[in-house]
Amino acid sequence: MIPTSEQLCEAIRVAVPGAVIEIVPSTPAAAQPALLVDCEHAVAVARYLKDEPTCRLDFCSCVTGVDYLAKSFIEVVYHLYSVALKHGPVVLKVRAPRELDQCRVPSLTPVWRGCEFQEREAYDLYGVKFAGHPDLRRILMWNEFADHPMRKDYVPPADYEWEPTPHDEVLKRTKAAGGIMPPSAAATEVKK
Amino acid sequence: MIAEPLINSAGTITTQTLEISIGPQHPSTHGVFRMDVVLDGEIVRALKPVVGYLHRNHEQLAEKMAWLGSMPYTDRLDYFNSMSNNWAYALAVEKLAGIKVPARAEYIRVIMAELSRLQNHASAIGFLLQDCGAWGTPLLYAFKEREKILDFFETVSGSRMMCNYFRFGGVRVDLAEAMLAMARKIVAEFPKFLDEFEKLMTTNEVVLARCQRVGILPKELAIAGSISGPVARASGVEYDIRKVDKYGIYDRLEFGVPVGEVGDVYDRYYIRVLEMREAVKILQQVLRDIPAGPVQAVEVKLRGFKLPAGDGYGRIEGPKGELGFYLVSEGGPKPYRYHIRPPSFINLTVLEDMCLGHKVADAIIILGSIDIVLGEVDR
Amino acid sequence: MIDAGLKSELQKHGVFVISTEWLYNWGRKSSIWPLQFGLACCAIEMIAAAAARYDLARFGAEVFRATPRQADLMIVAGTVTKKMAPQVVRLFNQMPEPKYVIAMGACAISGGPFKDGYNVLKGVDRYIPVDVHIPGCPPRPEALLHAIITLQEKITGQHIDRARWYDAKATTEFPIPVCGEHDLLPPANPEVWQPPKDYRDVTNEESTKKP
Repeated sequence: MIPTSEQLCEAIRVAVPGAVIEIVPSTPAAAQPALLVDCEHAVAVARYLKDEPTCRLDFCSCVTGVDYLAKSFIEVVYHLYSVALKHGPVVLKVRAPRELDQCRVPSLTPVWRGCEFQEREAYDLYGVKFAGHPDLRRILMWNEFADHPMRKDYVPPADYEWEPTPHDEVLKRTKAAGGIMPPSAAATEVKK
Repeated sequence: MIAEPLINSAGTITTQTLEISIGPQHPSTHGVFRMDVVLDGEIVRALKPVVGYLHRNHEQLAEKMAWLGSMPYTDRLDYFNSMSNNWAYALAVEKLAGIKVPARAEYIRVIMAELSRLQNHASAIGFLLQDCGAWGTPLLYAFKEREKILDFFETVSGSRMMCNYFRFGGVRVDLAEAMLAMARKIVAEFPKFLDEFEKLMTTNEVVLARCQRVGILPKELAIAGSISGPVARASGVEYDIRKVDKYGIYDRLEFGVPVGEVGDVYDRYYIRVLEMREAVKILQQVLRDIPAGPVQAVEVKLRGFKLPAGDGYGRIEGPKGELGFYLVSEGGPKPYRYHIRPPSFINLTVLEDMCLGHKVADAIIILGSIDIVLGEVDR
Repeated sequence: MIDAGLKSELQKHGVFVISTEWLYNWGRKSSIWPLQFGLACCAIEMIAAAAARYDLARFGAEVFRATPRQADLMIVAGTVTKKMAPQVVRLFNQMPEPKYVIAMGACAISGGPFKDGYNVLKGVDRYIPVDVHIPGCPPRPEALLHAIITLQEKITGQHIDRARWYDAKATTEFPIPVCGEHDLLPPANPEVWQPPKDYRDVTNEESTKKP
């Protein structure tokens, strides 16, 4: 059976000295509490979880970036399973500040190769730089794209096309965004 | 133009490598996928997949819509198996909220998912054999069976492909007895198609010559690269989420999980044939034992549905691999974060490793054997 | 034009009288070769239309060419993203005249259900001219067959002396957009696409006109 989060926490504190680790709870129904690790010891903790005989978490299933705008950090969440012992999931979380020049976490690709593409996606969409990633470049958007679109404060290009429905709000939004306005509306503006 | 002599000091001809881009429009109909390959003659020396040509911002759209509003968008992820995608999302939400699904709905879900698996594997093999050069004939045989299954989906949900049939806590409408009879007829006729297909293809010398020992994926690389689904099982990884997580009623059903040995293209083809036989077994049991009862949990509100605050990850064994949803809720009617764990995207991690040293033509069939769908890769 | 009575009289004797233009258009419409260009989910319905049950071969259109240099028709089946848009226009430019475009599905017409996305092009007709639009998500294979028939009717109505491709001054190549830092540049081709008119603006104008 997989050790509980408290047991894992204790075992990691013993195995990786200096690791700052805490448990972040989830909904009571889902019962998937997460282990929040600090950036410095994340790789060591990951290796421990992969190699330790009672855990053997050799399968990194899912890597996600989450933007917590109100709390001013971006979180990267790793879901780990074990193919050898057929248990899981163990959730690992790492946090980074939101400012682009400080948004850096260590890459866990050297530990689990499957993180490669998903970390690239987190870099592309959130701007999180993964130190130690073998090939960190954009994967879903084109290379010249300058923004990180999944951030909560991303403003999409002012490209609103007026939709022929009686929604005044859409028209107002188009005008406010400075987007392409229908020519007759612009003509009436000039007349005024 | 060439400065150095044609025959160099070692006595061989001086060659150059060629960098070409296969895609995003190319006849191996897997969608808008691009591979930047470096070729030495016909041999692949390096391969980098380039994706994102179908990135439709599904995750961002989901943050603007209600929880149930994303259900039709999950249809369009892996557009071959809309029923399985719906189930993965419904499962993730039900896990987070602790919703219990009534028994008849669970049986109906298994029917839909396994029929989806049948038509997906048939089409995947059809496309793979078309890539091998069998100009459409296996594909048309596969599409013949697929049309029967799509007719059933249309009768049940109103649409051939984008079914939008699952809801949180059950399914949308009940199955009438006539629909179950339709499903039983499909299941009764499917083994005949499989026998005919196997007689033509499995010991076919062209298939054997082209697919054996090509694109071998070692077991350790499969686990390290987070590969899941038939691709991993063909390499010897004995892991099927239906047996491990036991979601739905899969713990009550008897079925085997075929596991391959070598992990080449032929194994990935044959494991799909075996999985189709297992799916037929599952369908026979489910169609025999389906109980009566409601198909939707009564306490779930469909309008104004709110999820308790927290985060959670739910996954199913989709036909292409492990399809999972990671949801973060703040207790409101809309998701705060909605992330899809796409099997096709992650299975592409090892494409380069499998293709190195093979010819370009082999690279095409290795890609076909992974069975990717771009709607899922790019979301 | 020839008298209808004379025409049917001659037909009884096995002599068929047609105009060159009819023959020219008949040859073109009965052998439309589509470009194999499936982008997303609509591509699967396109393949189903070409498969045995719905049988596109009846219309002479079963030969899907892999290269645009040999194709007459580009069925844009699926969502066109901004990353893919330059390639779509490039492929259209590479097709030889006479060429046609069918926008299949809601995504190709206007962006469809993904219209609000940052990477979705709101309709392929922003950059290339479209001949037939097929609504649906995805449209049934029968809808695609109906679109081919509509295209055939359009081809029947085209005149050989006013053909676009025999006009030395007409454009056959459209400018290819460039992927910029935030969006495609330009966001639309003004010669091909104009934003739709607001019906309320028209009535406002009418109401301000003096009677």
